[in-house]
Amino acid sequence: MLTSRALVRGLKSGFWRPLSSTSSVQAAHGKDMSPDVLDPSVPQYNNRLDTPLSDVPFVRNLNSEQRQLKEKEKGPWTKLTKEEKIALYRLTHELTYPEMRRGSSEWKTVLGGVFIFLGFSGMLVWWQRIYVFGEVPHTLSDEWVEKQTQRMIDMRINPVGGFAYHWDYVKKQWK
Amino acid sequence: MFRPVVRLSTSGVRSLTRTRPCYSAPLASRCYSHAKVETDEEFDARWVTYFSKPDIDAWELKKGMNTLIGYDLVPEPKILDSALRACRRLNDLASAIRILEAVKDKSGPHKDIYPYLIQELQPTLIELGISTPEDLGMDIL
Repeated sequence: MLTSRALVRGLKSGFWRPLSSTSSVQAAHGKDMSPDVLDPSVPQYNNRLDTPLSDVPFVRNLNSEQRQLKEKEKGPWTKLTKEEKIALYRLTHELTYPEMRRGSSEWKTVLGGVFIFLGFSGMLVWWQRIYVFGEVPHTLSDEWVEKQTQRMIDMRINPVGGFAYHWDYVKKQWK
Repeated sequence: MFRPVVRLSTSGVRSLTRTRPCYSAPLASRCYSHAKVETDEEFDARWVTYFSKPDIDAWELKKGMNTLIGYDLVPEPKILDSALRACRRLNDLASAIRILEAVKDKSGPHKDIYPYLIQELQPTLIELGISTPEDLGMDIL
């Protein structure tokens, strides 16, 4: 939580000032985002699943029509329309429980980033293979390996459970 | 509500170490706390009384509700009824709806608890004019 607030402050002091909350938006919300009011020593609004009723309402500075709605709330609630009830809820709470529980698509960004970097590393390895590494030793050429294999068979390397075991000396082929 | 904790007091240790053949340690000497365990009915009654206070203030409602949600249980309908009436006395519809959302969330994977609660609370909800989050379309994103 603190790091995201610090990020917001960083954004605001940077060149994204017009994109972040304007002062009119700040004034409407009880949750003050200006730097000198980010004060952990005064009660603040929280969206928490385990704390349904927060210390302060989300919107504290009510305009006149919101105040009228609050007056109407003092009467019977049967007289309130659905929109008014939703409005009253949103005055006190920023997010509903499903909104609090909603996940984000951040994992797609993370996975994409991981693949990009893996791909870039793969590019580097490929370039290295072509331009940095020299030729492979001659002892790995097909011709040499053939002669080597024949020699191993003649020497009966690992005749019990290993190499020469798999060679059929009668039929002169692999088993 | 209070799970008994086995504590190794000095007498308990002594009886464990003194094992002789044909010596049977007395089974009854467990070291439980002597506090009385509160029954479910007592717990419910305590909370109903808490929310029934006629001049309950907003702080007490918040504190009570947040504490209740902190427990490892879903409150009984009668406790919620008392809490909703406290919201009415405080002219706070938003908190009433929030309480309903909170107990639904509290039920976790047990999807049959919340409909039961709403069914039991239906008379109160109608009387006080509290709409459920479903009625207001707030249960979906």
